[in-house]
Amino acid sequence: MSNHLKNLKLKIWRQSGPTEKGHFEEYVMPEISDEASFLEMLDVLNEGLIGENKLPVVFDHDCREGICGTCSLMINGQAHGPERSTATCQLHMRKFKSGDEIVIEPWRAAAFPIIKDLMVDRSAFDRIIESGGFISANTGGAPDANLIPIPKSVADAAMDSAECIGCGACVAACPNGAANLFTAAKISHLNLLPQGQAERYKRTEAMVETMDEYFGSCTNHGECEAACPKEISIDVIALMNKDYRKSKLKNRKEISRS
Amino acid sequence: MTITLNSKIPAGSINDKWNNYKEDAKLVAPGNKRKFKVIVVGSGLAGASAAATMAELGYQVDVFTFHDSPRRAHSIAAQGGINAAKNYQGDGDSVHRLFYDTIKGGDFRAREANVHRLAEVSVNIIDQMVAQGVPFAREYGGMLDNRSFGGAQVSRTFYARGQTGQQLLLGAYQQLARQIGLGNVRMFNRTELVDVVTIEGRCAGIVTRDLVNGEVVSHSAHAVVMATGGYGNVFFLSTNAMACNVTAAWRAHRKGATFANPCYTQIHPTCIPQSDPTQSKLTLMSESLRNDGRVWVPQNPDETRPASQVPEAERDYILERLYPSYGNLAPRDISSRAAKRSVDSGRGVGPLKNGVYLDFSDAINRLGKDVVEERYGNLFEMYERIAGENPYDMPMRIYPASHYTMGGLWVDYELMTNIPGLYAAGEANFSDHGANRLGASALMQGLADGYFVLPYTIGNYLAPMLNKPIPGTDHPAFKEAELAAQARYQGYVDIKGTRSPDYFHREVGRIIWDYCGMERTQQGLEKALSELPALYEEFQKDLRVTGDAESMNQTLEKAGRVDDFFQLGMLMCRDALEREESCGGHFRAEYQTEEGEALRDDEKFAHVAAWEWTGDPTKSIRHKEELNFEAIHLATRSYK
Ligand SMILES: Cc1cc2nc3c(=O)[nH]c(=O)nc-3n(C[C@H](O)[C@H](O)[C@H](O)COP(=O)(O)OP(=O)(O)OC[C@H]3O[C@@H](n4cnc5c(N)ncnc54)[C@H](O)[C@@H]3O)c2cc1C
Ligand code: SF4
Ligand code: FES
Repeated sequence: MSNHLKNLKLKIWRQSGPTEKGHFEEYVMPEISDEASFLEMLDVLNEGLIGENKLPVVFDHDCREGICGTCSLMINGQAHGPERSTATCQLHMRKFKSGDEIVIEPWRAAAFPIIKDLMVDRSAFDRIIESGGFISANTGGAPDANLIPIPKSVADAAMDSAECIGCGACVAACPNGAANLFTAAKISHLNLLPQGQAERYKRTEAMVETMDEYFGSCTNHGECEAACPKEISIDVIALMNKDYRKSKLKNRKEISRS
Repeated sequence: MTITLNSKIPAGSINDKWNNYKEDAKLVAPGNKRKFKVIVVGSGLAGASAAATMAELGYQVDVFTFHDSPRRAHSIAAQGGINAAKNYQGDGDSVHRLFYDTIKGGDFRAREANVHRLAEVSVNIIDQMVAQGVPFAREYGGMLDNRSFGGAQVSRTFYARGQTGQQLLLGAYQQLARQIGLGNVRMFNRTELVDVVTIEGRCAGIVTRDLVNGEVVSHSAHAVVMATGGYGNVFFLSTNAMACNVTAAWRAHRKGATFANPCYTQIHPTCIPQSDPTQSKLTLMSESLRNDGRVWVPQNPDETRPASQVPEAERDYILERLYPSYGNLAPRDISSRAAKRSVDSGRGVGPLKNGVYLDFSDAINRLGKDVVEERYGNLFEMYERIAGENPYDMPMRIYPASHYTMGGLWVDYELMTNIPGLYAAGEANFSDHGANRLGASALMQGLADGYFVLPYTIGNYLAPMLNKPIPGTDHPAFKEAELAAQARYQGYVDIKGTRSPDYFHREVGRIIWDYCGMERTQQGLEKALSELPALYEEFQKDLRVTGDAESMNQTLEKAGRVDDFFQLGMLMCRDALEREESCGGHFRAEYQTEEGEALRDDEKFAHVAAWEWTGDPTKSIRHKEELNFEAIHLATRSYK
């Protein structure tokens, strides 16, 4: 049966718009069930704020199952909070105790401007995918799916990378605001598969260069891996770097040939 | 406007209809396609695949989503898999069998021609997705792996761990992103459709609201596609993502599009039971778990021992007992009602006695823990995170929850609503699942519509419009719709009552769940139809939205969506009341066999009910599209 936590002190970042100055505001949550999720705790807070004729706290969320990548809170300085490999929406109040102070902030990164309160704009991620995060296969005319056997180990490795939910915790956790884990996860998903070979180097080059346009550079802190709710391994970054170096050679060779 | 429901089913035998259609359809020459603007609302599987494909073909495409990125649509959450009649397992599957299973699963309330086409193109979907790099599960030999789902006796479900929807959506999203990068698609994120505009009987465009700054703008086009998902959140608690709502379809309905079979909703048997009143949503445990999990309840309602200590003889494996040939893989509606009856009879399990067991101990003994972990590891983890119990040691507890809506905008064979130029695809239309959808068939339908149907059928409508001017957004009809939308949102802010939109949403949800949920009666539906208008009136007088309509305001977004849920809810109850039979997910307690199974009335109800808006949801007009079964013999559904 559920227990109740009492007297939580919440310090929440409030900011009315992208160019407005933000500040922390303090709230007391007198009681909440430990069965509640972290976001349900915020729902309760917001119901209360509406009751007091105040503005509820704006935050992004949707699936509440850890798969859509929409939720994005910095909780006590940790992206997605204290539980490993768990997105904010899957965090439950049983991880906290009565009287705790909980500091809640938005993702902070130059490439993710704040829209309001805890909501940020992550569209720079879309720009990276648009630049090359795909396999060009127009609809229709695809060969039979079993024509190219893919070893289970390869399919599994591609899937490990493909699990990235695009939440941006890696960027938020990185002292440089780098997006290397996100970008490398997509690159390794596609570059590992036989279908992805044709565009392998072109893809890598385009995605890395778009990433560099928007995001900070990686200096191997490894904070990204620790924050990632999908446990994307930092090894994918090595793979990306290797393919990026090769892409430079490859393209030069191509140019010399033409 | 007079309503005509012409299903436009092509001539020929069921096997030839789609080919005949394609041969006869008018075409737009490649060089002319860029002269047409198509709006796609929604970027889930149906929307993203339709938009990407139409852009590849050369159309100018504008895509709208209320999400912050097209990658986040609710399709991302689908877990279990996608069906296709590939017969890779050599277990006797075929297009005909998938067609038959889908019609039967839908309790003979779907249109044969559409369903057959769905089964035909299902095989292309798998080819397409593999070509795009979707990492489906593989066998050791490198071939694609399959599993079984409810309502089928073959293994035709393709999957990517427990994240099939995610991988398919990312595939479609990446294909869309490529077209955005190439400049063929303009993408509007965080933008909500708030109205549909018709001029001289055809759909001329839409009105949207920018969720970041509240700006209301019009967009005109040659054709508009609604790929806006289902309305399962009308129940408040459901497995749908929090933002899923009916607004887009409902606004189209209010502009003349008929809404078909709103009472056909699917309650999914395997969700984690509610544990707390603050709960905001329910989590699905994929149906694939029923491949290896066994559903049971203790025979004794006063059982207090932990599950593992209840001896075999004192357990009731409800599905295996009632449906021996399908066992734990009986279809969803049937499995859900069996669970409900066990709980209603006091044999529920868990602290609130509101669930049934889904037990893996046999599977673990038979296959070993490793194999079970390989198959379901991430689902088990997800369960443990939410319920705080480890399913390797204790059986899961599950209970039915609102999951999917078969009803939706009425469409013809071309996926066009009764408003020329307005199309609906994916869960937003009513097309393929009749009164009950089989597991792993929604992803199939969304991608079939988006990749292989709409991009072709839309040309048939557009071709004659070549070089003819269409009304621009300066047309008075757009201005009028913009003003009405602004007034609507400002109106919510101005009520200044005392209750939040969430309060009202919970209340509507409770009424619909109690009276228009898993089991319905005339008396209950009449009660709902008297309670809902009263509550709606309270909503209109006592709603409180703090903040303004000119900036990011999530409470205001919610208010608009709850308003539309109210109106839809009333229509659902009316639809359920007038359908005096039981079929699939629509179970009217008055119409059941002695064994408690759904009792159809094919004489009176072998038709689609398509509702026309009149201005008052309790006074909508019911139209019929008769369903003719030519390829399949109408039969009583049996899974015994
Ligand atoms: C938990 C869960 C698991 C599931 N598992 C499976 C499974 O294993 N197999 C299976 O086949 N099916 C499954 N389903 C069902 C399936 O996921 C959905 O039916 C399907 O993904 C719907 O796709 P869609 O493209 O029609 O809509 P969605 O993916 O819901 O997309 C709707 C889109 O429309 C946009 N939109 C909606 N309204 C507006 C508006 N007013 N303005 C602007 N944009 C708007 C949204 O932003 C979104 O982009 C599952 C469903 C759930 C809830
Ligand atoms: S790599 Fe991990 S942290 Fe980064 S976006 Fe993907 S899932 Fe989120
Ligand atoms: S809300 Fe979808 S991942 Fe958290």
